[in-house]
Parts: sequence; C-alpha cells; structure tokens
Amino acid sequence: MSAVPRARENRTEDRDARAAVISLRGAALSYGERVLWQDLDLDIQAGEFLAVLGPNGSGKTSFVRALLGQRRLSAGTLTVLGSPPRKGSRHIGYVPQQATLSAQAMLRARDLVRFGIDGHGFGPRLRLRAVHRRVDEVLEAVGATAYADVPVGLLSGGERQRVRVGQALATDPRILLCDEPLLSLDLHHQRAVTELVDARRRSHATAVVFVTHEINPVLGLVDRVLYLARGGFRVGTPDEVLNSESLSRLYGTQVDVIRVRGRITVVGVPDEVAEPPHHAELPHEVRP
Amino acid sequence: MTIAEGIWQQIFNFDNYGELLALVRNSLIAGAALGLVGGLVGVFVIMRDLPFAVHGISELSFAGASAALLLGVNIVGGSIVGSLIAAGAIGLLGSRARDRNSVIGTLMPFGLGLGVLFLALYKGRAANKFGILTGQIVAVDTPQMSWLLGTSAVVLVALAVMWRPLAFASADPEVAEARGVPVRALSFAFMLVLGLAVALSVQIVGALLVLTLVVTPAAAAARVTASPVLLPVLSVLFAVVSIEGGILLALGSSIPISPYVTTISFSIYLVCRLVGAYRTRQWGAARTAPELG
Repeated sequence: MSAVPRARENRTEDRDARAAVISLRGAALSYGERVLWQDLDLDIQAGEFLAVLGPNGSGKTSFVRALLGQRRLSAGTLTVLGSPPRKGSRHIGYVPQQATLSAQAMLRARDLVRFGIDGHGFGPRLRLRAVHRRVDEVLEAVGATAYADVPVGLLSGGERQRVRVGQALATDPRILLCDEPLLSLDLHHQRAVTELVDARRRSHATAVVFVTHEINPVLGLVDRVLYLARGGFRVGTPDEVLNSESLSRLYGTQVDVIRVRGRITVVGVPDEVAEPPHHAELPHEVRP
Repeated sequence: MTIAEGIWQQIFNFDNYGELLALVRNSLIAGAALGLVGGLVGVFVIMRDLPFAVHGISELSFAGASAALLLGVNIVGGSIVGSLIAAGAIGLLGSRARDRNSVIGTLMPFGLGLGVLFLALYKGRAANKFGILTGQIVAVDTPQMSWLLGTSAVVLVALAVMWRPLAFASADPEVAEARGVPVRALSFAFMLVLGLAVALSVQIVGALLVLTLVVTPAAAAARVTASPVLLPVLSVLFAVVSIEGGILLALGSSIPISPYVTTISFSIYLVCRLVGAYRTRQWGAARTAPELG
C-alpha cells in the first residue's frame, strides 16, 4: 500500500533526491454516488514509470483526466509540478489510444508533431523556422523521419503511435501521460512504442504515467503499479501488487495471479461494469 | 436535331457576350469572395465531417431568405439570420457526432417547409422564388454586394484567428483538449462561421446546391494533398474556378447558374480522385517495398 519505489540498484539514490512531480494526498474521485477511488496518497517521482491498471470503469482514464486538469477531484489534493493541475500545460505530454485520430484528418505525420508544439495558439504562426527544426528533430528522435510527409491516414497503427509519442514529447515535457497507447497494436509495435517511452524517461528523467489494461508489454519497464478496482486501489512494485493475495483483497473475492514465463495472467476478476456474458468467463488480462 | 440545337442554344449562348459581361461585374466579384470563403470553410467541413450540416443549414437559410422576400426586407440579411439560427441549433443540440445527424435531419424539413410556405404567400416575380433555391447571377446589386463582402470579411477574419487550434481540434480532438485548446467553444464558433458561409453561398448557387461550393472543392483538394498549406490553397482555387467558370458560362443562357457551377466542381473532383488514387498507390508501393525486401 505504501509508496515504496522499486529498489533498482543504480537509481535508488538519485530518486530520493528528486522531488515528486505529481503528488496526491487523500485524493478521491466519484461520479455522483459511485466512488471510483478514494484515500489515494501517491508521489510520482521524476523518471519514474508508473503503470495504471484496472478493469473497465475503475477510473483509470479519470485519473489521467484529473492529472490533465480536465476533472476535479471530489476530495483531497493533487499537485502537478508543484501547483494544482491546469489545462494545457506544456510540461505534460499526452499520448491517447491510436483510434482517436479523426478518419478525415488530412494531415501528414509532421503536421501532427507540429500541433504538439504550436497547435493550441490562436492567430498566425510565429517562429516558423525554429518550429520546423524542432519537428524534424522530434521525428528523427522517434524514428519517424522516413514517413514524415505521408498522410497519417496511410500510416499503420504502430507508425501513428510513434508519431504521437513524438507529438507528446515535442515540448520537452517533464511528465508523459499515456492512455492505452498500445491498444490494437501488434506485439512488435507495442514493443517499439514502450521502448520509445522508456528511453525518454531514462534520458530526460521524464515521469511516465502509463494507463493500460494489459501489464505484460510494460512489465519489465515499470517501477510501480497503481491498480484501481472496486472503489479502492493497490500501489507498489509489480511484485507487491500483482499477486493473488493482494488482488484478492482488493477485489474482495478469490483472484488468482498466475505467472508463466515472465508473463502475468489474472484469473477470476469479477466484472466491474456489466459486460456481455461471454466476457465473464475469460481471464481478465487478455492476450496481447 | 433542331430540338437538340435549340437546347444547346439555351445552355451555351455567347451572343453579345461583351455587353453581358459588364452586367455581371458585381457577380464576378461576389463569386470570387464566395469561392475564397467556401474553399476555406470547406476544409473544416471535410475534417469535421459536416457536409450534412451544411445541407441542413442551407435549408433554414432558404427559409430565412424567403421570409425576407415575403416581408420585402434584405434577402441576404434574411438568409444570414436563418443560417445562424440553424447553425446555432446544430452546434448546441448536436455537439456529439451521433446526435448531430438526427438534429439536422429534424431541422432540415422544417426549414424547407417554412420556406415553401413563405414563397407560396409571396406574390412577386416567380424568378425571385426560383433564384433562392437554384441560384442567380445578375441579382447582385450594390447594397447586396456590401452585405456579401462584409460578411465574407467577417468569416475570413474569424478563420484567420482560429485556424490553427481549429485544425488541431478537428483532426485530433483528444490531444487538442489535453493541450488546452477550447474544443467545445471552437466547435460552436465554427458552426456560426459555417452558417455565415452558407448564407453567402445561397445567394449565388441557391440553397439546394451550397454543397458544391462548401464541400466539393475541399473534398477534391483532400484527394490530392495532405499539406496544411496546399490543401486550403487548392480548395479555394477549385471553388473560385467553379463559380467564376459557372458565371461566365451561364451568362448568355436562360438557365440558372447552378448546373454550370456543379458540373465544373464535380469534374474537378473526379480528376482529383483519379490523381489521388494514383498517388496513394505510389505511396503504398514506395513504403511497403523496403519492408518486404
């Protein structure tokens, strides 16, 4: 339950020296009567990789929206980089799931990255040359130079997510929020995207909050896991949270966590929200 | 044979062309302004998937114009009022894409019905009635011109101010919101701008065929480019060519302007589709080859 960072030999010391970039105290979020989570105390450090897990409707996306300043907590406090969260901070990069891009979007990969830099500004564009240079740098950094001028509609899901990571990193943010960025990507592209994110937090000490319904693609990378379910949560290292005892207590029923060849499968999770009956028998963690 | 010739004469007739040209000077200027506005607004209509909204707004614009005709007040003003009411209603009631089409589908026949009522009550020239639906060219007099140009200027300034965040919000709404773009406010503001643009187009091509100016040119341009600079430039070029070409061809004939405009506009679209299909195939070939090899 406590916010003990995973003891990674080479990084434990400097982690203690760093201040938390995101800090929650007694935080709660509810929709009317329904409490998504409450009493959440959590400090996320610079350079930390936090995975946010949980069944559908457990408040994972609401957690991200709170960090983005789009949703207010129903109780408690949240500080992002030392102050209450505000909308449109350039210190926060955001990577959504790939399907959110409009099918009619008539854009090239480079235009998407460019939106990340100056897309929010009204009036005519300024500093053209500096922006162009930055876009090229970012495309290079995420390995998307080869398709910089291809319309995004013609890119594969994996290529698009690469560009999106670039878009999110274009302002050199100190926090990277990823909301199901791996959804409907194949294994190869899942790995490519997670490696990009991981490389970034190692090189720039960017804190990563990574919402996912599937832990396995990021299992080897995450420092801690925040598992939301049933109005409650568990937080700690993957080993501390993702075991049968911990999740059984969270769900209030017998849940089995099975580890096979470095992969984790959770069996017996009761459905948070009513889902079609054929889902009920399936293990919670779906195959990649 | 003679019937065919007669029809041909009605469609294309260039007798006394020079004198006629002087008569439509106003229309040519108005047409250029409309092409500019329609081509630019169309870019966002395509991006935001709003062609049906354009059609819905134009029907209420028609109702407004016919009410103005009946009351003997400024027709452009009437059609702007009708447009803005429709655009505002669609913007408020149909902010989510799923609701939007049903809201439009409900508003549209109501607007058309009102328009028919006002025209039935109107006792003036029949050509005036027909003009609102299918367009007219010589009707642009000087006071109307100032209305048309003034409204065009308002639309252009509004677009210039909100172009960038609007493009961001249209293409990538979730990230735009995360970056602090006021997505909802922009969506509503754009509906109002669209309302004004539709009201302008109604004056020249008529309520039934507004799509040919506000949708077709941008849809054609989108087939051949994804560049954020080239797209609006081509869209405007196509719109201006369609409307000015339409005016010039319709000049000597007794037929309304709209079939000329729609035919040019549609032909441009066809050509762009062909070019676009070829280019997409080339992109595909260029991009899959190294991966396979």
